[in-house]
Amino acid sequence: MKERQSSEEDPGETLKRTLRAQRQRQKKRLLGHSSAQESHVEEISTIQHHSEDEGSAEKAGDSGALSRPPTGSQRSLSGRQHSASSQHLDSFVTRRLEETLRAARSKGESLQQQEASLEPASRLQSLRDRDAVTRFDKIDPDRAGRHDDPLALKTRVTFREAARRTEKGLPTAEEAYNFFTLNFELEPQDGTEKERKKRKKQKKTTEKDSDEEGGVEEQEAAEVDEDNPDENVDQSEAAPLVRDEEEDLFVIEQSSRDFLEVKKAEYVGYRKRIQQESELLFTPSFRTVPTTIKLPEHMKPRYLEDEGLYVGERPKISLTNENILENRILKIEEGKKWFGDDGRIMALPDPIKESSTRPPLFHMEEDLDPALHTVYRKAVKSKYANLYIAGATDPEGDYQLDVDVSGLIFSHHPLFSREHVLGARLAQLYDQYLTRQHNNLTGHLTDKLKGLRRALRNIHEIHGGESLNQAMQRRISEYSLEVRNTRQLRDSEQEKDRTLLKHIVKLWKELKALRDFQKFTNTPYKLSLRRENVDRTLDEQEYEDEILAELMELEAEIEADYQKKFAEYKKQLQDWKLCVRKQKTKKKKRKKKKKGKAQDETEEEDEYQDVSESEGPVEEGPPKPEPPEKPDFESIEQQVREKASRIRRKPGESILIPELSASGNLTASELCPRSETARREDVTRRSLFVKILYNDKEVSRTDSRSLNTDFRVHFGQIFNLRIVNCPQSINLQVFEEIGSSCYLLAQVFVPVPEPSVVADRVSLEEFEFSSNQRVMFDHEGVGSDVPLSFEADGSNKQTLLTSGKLSCRVYWGSGEDGVALAPPVSQQRGGLHSGLSRLDAVTFIGASGLYDMKKIGEWATRSRLDPNDPKNASIMQLLKVATSGEVTAPEYFRLEQLQEEFNFVTDEELERSKRFRLLTLRNQEVAEFRNYKCVPSLEREVTDKVFQEYEKRLKEGEVVDTKEHLDSHRALVAKYLQKIRESVINRFLLAKHHYILSDLVVEEEIPSIGILGLNLFKLAEPKRPLKPQRKARKKVTAQNLSDGDIKLLINIIRAYDIPIRRPQSNKPGQSSQCAIQGSDWLLSQVQVRPFVEVSFQRMVLQTTTADGPNPCWNEELQLPFSAPNGDYSAAVLQSVKDEVFINIFDEVVYETGVKDQDRAKSIHTRVEKHWLGSVKIPFSTIYSQSRIDGTFKVHTPAVLLGYSKERSYGTNGAYDTMRNLSEGAFITLFITIEPQLVPGESVREKFDSQEDERLLQASERFEREAAEGYPDRPCITTIIDLNGKTIFVTRYIRPLNPPKELLDASLDDPQETTALVARFVSLIPSLPDRVSFSGNCDLWSTCDQFLTLLAGDEEEHAVLLCNYFLFMGKKAWLIIGTAIPEGPTAYVLTFEQSRYLIWNPSSAQYYGQYDTFCPLQTIGCLVNADNVWFNIQEYTSPMTVSFDTTKANLWKPFFSRSFSHPGLSSVQPEQLVYRGTDKAAAAELQDRIEKILKEKIMEWRPRHPTRWNRYCTTTLKQFLPKLEVSGGQDMAEGHRHELQSLLGDNNISGFPLHMPFSEIRPIIEAVYSTGVHNVQASNVEFALAVYVHPYPNNVLSVWVYLASLVRT
Amino acid sequence: MATSNPSVFLLSVNGQIEGANFPEYDNLYCKYSFVYGHDWAPTSGLEEGITQITCKGSESSHKLIWNFPLETTFKSTNPSGWPQLVVSVYGPDVFGNDVVRGYGATHIPFTPGQHTRTIPMFVPEPTWRLQKFTSWLLGRRPEYTDPKVVAQGEGREVTRVCSQGFVTVSFHIITKDMKKLGYDTGPASLVNTQSATSGWSTEEQPYTME
Repeated sequence: MKERQSSEEDPGETLKRTLRAQRQRQKKRLLGHSSAQESHVEEISTIQHHSEDEGSAEKAGDSGALSRPPTGSQRSLSGRQHSASSQHLDSFVTRRLEETLRAARSKGESLQQQEASLEPASRLQSLRDRDAVTRFDKIDPDRAGRHDDPLALKTRVTFREAARRTEKGLPTAEEAYNFFTLNFELEPQDGTEKERKKRKKQKKTTEKDSDEEGGVEEQEAAEVDEDNPDENVDQSEAAPLVRDEEEDLFVIEQSSRDFLEVKKAEYVGYRKRIQQESELLFTPSFRTVPTTIKLPEHMKPRYLEDEGLYVGERPKISLTNENILENRILKIEEGKKWFGDDGRIMALPDPIKESSTRPPLFHMEEDLDPALHTVYRKAVKSKYANLYIAGATDPEGDYQLDVDVSGLIFSHHPLFSREHVLGARLAQLYDQYLTRQHNNLTGHLTDKLKGLRRALRNIHEIHGGESLNQAMQRRISEYSLEVRNTRQLRDSEQEKDRTLLKHIVKLWKELKALRDFQKFTNTPYKLSLRRENVDRTLDEQEYEDEILAELMELEAEIEADYQKKFAEYKKQLQDWKLCVRKQKTKKKKRKKKKKGKAQDETEEEDEYQDVSESEGPVEEGPPKPEPPEKPDFESIEQQVREKASRIRRKPGESILIPELSASGNLTASELCPRSETARREDVTRRSLFVKILYNDKEVSRTDSRSLNTDFRVHFGQIFNLRIVNCPQSINLQVFEEIGSSCYLLAQVFVPVPEPSVVADRVSLEEFEFSSNQRVMFDHEGVGSDVPLSFEADGSNKQTLLTSGKLSCRVYWGSGEDGVALAPPVSQQRGGLHSGLSRLDAVTFIGASGLYDMKKIGEWATRSRLDPNDPKNASIMQLLKVATSGEVTAPEYFRLEQLQEEFNFVTDEELERSKRFRLLTLRNQEVAEFRNYKCVPSLEREVTDKVFQEYEKRLKEGEVVDTKEHLDSHRALVAKYLQKIRESVINRFLLAKHHYILSDLVVEEEIPSIGILGLNLFKLAEPKRPLKPQRKARKKVTAQNLSDGDIKLLINIIRAYDIPIRRPQSNKPGQSSQCAIQGSDWLLSQVQVRPFVEVSFQRMVLQTTTADGPNPCWNEELQLPFSAPNGDYSAAVLQSVKDEVFINIFDEVVYETGVKDQDRAKSIHTRVEKHWLGSVKIPFSTIYSQSRIDGTFKVHTPAVLLGYSKERSYGTNGAYDTMRNLSEGAFITLFITIEPQLVPGESVREKFDSQEDERLLQASERFEREAAEGYPDRPCITTIIDLNGKTIFVTRYIRPLNPPKELLDASLDDPQETTALVARFVSLIPSLPDRVSFSGNCDLWSTCDQFLTLLAGDEEEHAVLLCNYFLFMGKKAWLIIGTAIPEGPTAYVLTFEQSRYLIWNPSSAQYYGQYDTFCPLQTIGCLVNADNVWFNIQEYTSPMTVSFDTTKANLWKPFFSRSFSHPGLSSVQPEQLVYRGTDKAAAAELQDRIEKILKEKIMEWRPRHPTRWNRYCTTTLKQFLPKLEVSGGQDMAEGHRHELQSLLGDNNISGFPLHMPFSEIRPIIEAVYSTGVHNVQASNVEFALAVYVHPYPNNVLSVWVYLASLVRT
Repeated sequence: MATSNPSVFLLSVNGQIEGANFPEYDNLYCKYSFVYGHDWAPTSGLEEGITQITCKGSESSHKLIWNFPLETTFKSTNPSGWPQLVVSVYGPDVFGNDVVRGYGATHIPFTPGQHTRTIPMFVPEPTWRLQKFTSWLLGRRPEYTDPKVVAQGEGREVTRVCSQGFVTVSFHIITKDMKKLGYDTGPASLVNTQSATSGWSTEEQPYTME
């Protein structure tokens, strides 16, 4: 122990230091943790804190260390840690403590004595006393832990000793109390001592197990707590008393020595008092009460929350208050019951809810009177909002503007009589006179002149004769100059005065004369001239003096002038002489050179003269100056006198002073002539008033005052305007009232007064106004803007305008204190300033009218604008301009002057914008963008891709892409076609925007009587007819259609003469198949099992399978239609190129792989379909026809392997007779579109034409009549050629030569040649106009164009065929009619061997007139080169029509006797030139087609291997040329035999396809539609052969032979 | 649904065809349809509709009331071709034939908020006086081929019309994202308030989406 002691050198100091540091740290800790843990020594306390922290961390969710007494945790912790570890240590420590305590006590007793003796001495004693109390209080520092008084540490040991004692025998409360009270004096020293020891001890222990140590102490403390509850109470009671001091105390640097000296006796009383008080009073401490006190003994706090029970949030109480409450409760008996298990005051959860549960108050609104409901109105920003004067809302801060309208005087009024005019003028002049008189400029100037003269004289007198120095001389000259100027001014003023006077007198005389003349007086004016007599001599003297003085001055001036001039002259003369001399010498030198030397002087002189004369002009010497004239003083005097007499009163003449008075009497109205009376009456009827407009709003108006005879109106009204808005303008409008009507006479703009202007500072101002209204009267009134003359002869006319003066003043009202109620300057002038600063001042004022430049100038000078203030720069500029002369307002007028401001981007930028480009292109209806939907809203969303196609097309204009077309020629043609198309489309687009009434308005035609009758008849029609007809459905415009809305309805009714299967049993080597065939013998009885498959846009539907060669299905198939790009506009629908394929198949059922074991149970069959033929109908036809109804010839291949076309010579004979003439299979169909679409409108644009106008009119009439009489018969007289010109149809017919090769092919057989020619024509691909031109318009190309384009529709084919036939010497006509499925079309009619044949030019088929299956349904008209005949027979069907055109009652000719054929020349060329056949190209094309087709077929069979049978292919290839030669005639028999011999046991099904060549796509489609690739059998093999036969002019015939082989 | 950078703006039209004022006619019904430009697409609601037949009330104003609701939402990328409401009113004539009583069109208001439009109605006039008589007799008055004609300016110069009455329509307009795309249709004085969080607003507001 001693060692330890010695090891501490300066225990007092160390202690102090450590304590201070500790205190600070603890303070912090208290704030942070509010740790209840009291620690005595730094080390311990820190360690304890650590452990406490850990402990609390261990307790999950213990964030509220605040509320939880840490002791609990500590105890549990220490308990846990020490449970068994060191009882030995425990006892050791206890023993040691006992020793130390004992030692300390003995020491303390001695100290107590010392202290007692010193007590009364010091002032500090009081502190000391309280210190003592503190120490006493600190007896249980663990409990009163928040009393982290360092001194407490000292008390600790004492306490400990007490604790020891209590261990031995529990003392009563009293005992304990006594003990403490007795003890308290000695403690300080004791404490330090003990502390020191304790520290040593701790030092030793902390290293090892500080926790233990703490734990031990805690345990001890707890024991004490539990044992001495009363003590605790005491402590807590006493604690606050010292609370304040304890810290301050220690701040005073006290060493342990100080404590001894400061005790004083006087303070005992005080102490006692405190003691007594402490018995009575209780001040609850606001330190945290350790949990241990609050809980029953030996009970650990229990945290419900930790146990997972819900504990509501406690109400919020500040910690201090809670502590106070706890302390207070603990004081009460049974206080502990207020504490819960967790050691906190029991509390219900916070009852306050976060949100209000009470229903909101506004439900009251329903009960409110509806009138009281609040209505929300949006605040509207007033236009004038920014003009309000700041503070104007303040009722005190209002501003008052007073407008005083005093009256007005007319200087001219329409009702003025002549006398008035003169009178007014007189008054005006008199006014002028008065003003001049008032200013007395003449007098001023005279005085000034006198003064100047005097001054000048003085100078002369003073310096009289002496030489004047420089300055004097200058001054004299200045004076004289001034005199001169002043004199001149005075003279002009005098002259003005005099002329004014003269004018007045003259006017007065005129007035008098007028009065005499008209014999009445209208005006009260009376001029009297007062004479003021003057002293004649004096006057004369003055006059003479004046003249003399002036004369002298003038003389002097003139003299001086003369002198000056003369001096100048002399100088000039000098110069001249010098110059002349120079020239002379020069001349002389020259002379000497030229002539000799001997020359006379005189000669020389002459010479000189000569030279000077002759060379003067040449040498440009200065002219000889003229000497100035000597002044003529006589004339000067004369002038002066003249002038004086003119401008000045003659000497001795009396001074005339005019006096104008309005005192004259007016002639009474009764005495006046009638016109004058009328005028006067008129005057009395008039009255005037003035409206006051403030900021262009009427604010007030004066009373109406009648007009007096003197044309003066007195109002004398003052208006007080209380203003809110900044004053912008004050406008007085003068109104004249006649009876009840009033009109605006004039406007007077009054400037807004300066803020300083108040009533007494401003006098009435007169503002002139005038009106240019023209008024005329039939009475004496002179009117306004009417020429008026006062001369007898009417000359010298004057035009007077209504004018006058309004006298008024505007000023700010003054408040009670005399301060002007004007808004601040900055605001008032703000508008003007800002306006000026933004705009050029000149233009600004110029624009606003420039009405008062003078006023602005006045204002500027009066208000002393600082010209250097940049704010005023514009005004100063303005004033400068205004004063320097005319204001140069811009003389030009700019249109769109703000255009640049409105351009939000530059044009280049706009061009670059992709979005803008897209919009522009769409607006231009460029094909690619015509129906572009939803242009992206942002630039960046417009992809370049959009334009790619368009740009490609633009580029492709030059480049020809041969890949797509397989044939360069056709590519070129396609390009050409494209170009034509574009031009036509553009033309149509233009035409489309021309509307006529019927486009917009549906209107009933004026019914004729017949139609009326028909309508009446209709009323009697049965409501439900027995034979219902298909009714027209409502048509739907294509605008709001979308994908899936349109369906194609195909009604497949029946078919005739389907090829039937050929029994194959007669072949050797077919046994196996025979067996199968044999096995279902019944099946083989069925000749054919056809079904129909319809494919459209790759959508395939099929009917059920029927039996026999004449099946009847009567089934309806619905195929959805989708337009390209989802665009359902008519134009797009028309150009849809898709075709409907209607294929007839034979369903063949094979049995395969019958298994032996379960033969009876299952039979495996394989269904195959074999293509028999097809019909294709373009969608565009369906669209334009809206329905297709009829029987069509089925396109059957020339050879159909395995089938025979032999007619079943069956029983159904009725048809047979009619079918005799035609061959092949037929199918009856009904096709329509659901919903019915409105076909595109045809374009009615009138194309320009070179035809005769008469012809055009006739054709129009002809067509109209035809349409009226027979609306369903097409009639064509004029057509449009490729250039868009209207051409008469007969011009197209002209015999033209077919290719020579065709004619030469079979010379002997004309029949054959005809067929060949027809075949050639049909091989030219067909392309409907409406597809290529997207509008419903028919363009006819001439035959050469057609052959070049190699594409055209029926008309072109028909025209060409007709022309060929004509060339071949046949009688041929063009039939314009309707056919199925084409609709309106053109066929060719020939007359051969006494029968008429109808040719379908597109298929090279011909029909007899009575052929049932002829597709031509209606014959509208016939056309040949000479005439057009319209069918006016009863029926239209070819069968019932007579073709004898000569009969006028059957055929109505266009050209008749009344209108003969004008000899129209043909538009066709004279001869057609053909290009030869190109076999090599054809062969190449053939290979390419074959390759492409093979690839395609493999592509269509993605899941099956496609094997090609080369052997079969080569065989097939050999057949094709033969087929071409035979023209597709029936050669099946031969084929079959050949093939079967070649291919043995293969089951072959196949056929050749034939088509004209245009593009590859249709070929692919055709092959696809046959469905050959659909054969699923595993051992199938294919054969495909292509043959391209070239005809002249690049017309190609394509054959595709397809076959599938199934090995059996 | 929407990103912070919208590519379309939406225009929601709610409202109703309130009624009409046709002093001479009774038992009228009304058809409406929207006409809009290429860049517009309706996203919801009916584009076309037909109201019930209404009779005149007995009160003095003699208004025909339909109160037929309109609820359509359009999306668009371009204000060009702003939707128009085309209304056409039909009713029986003396002989009981259904004839047209008026056509009219109005643009959907641009600004968000509530609007009421009174659309003056007109019908095409027969070309000739005789036709006028016959059309009256037969109950086949001239009609527009497509009521939507009245929403376009093209070709109208060829028609003659006669004014008939008025149809009152009220609109409640909401727009979305217009401001984001740079189209400011709000009243000039209104300062955009950035408070609301909803994308739909009667005041155009920037759209915020989590």
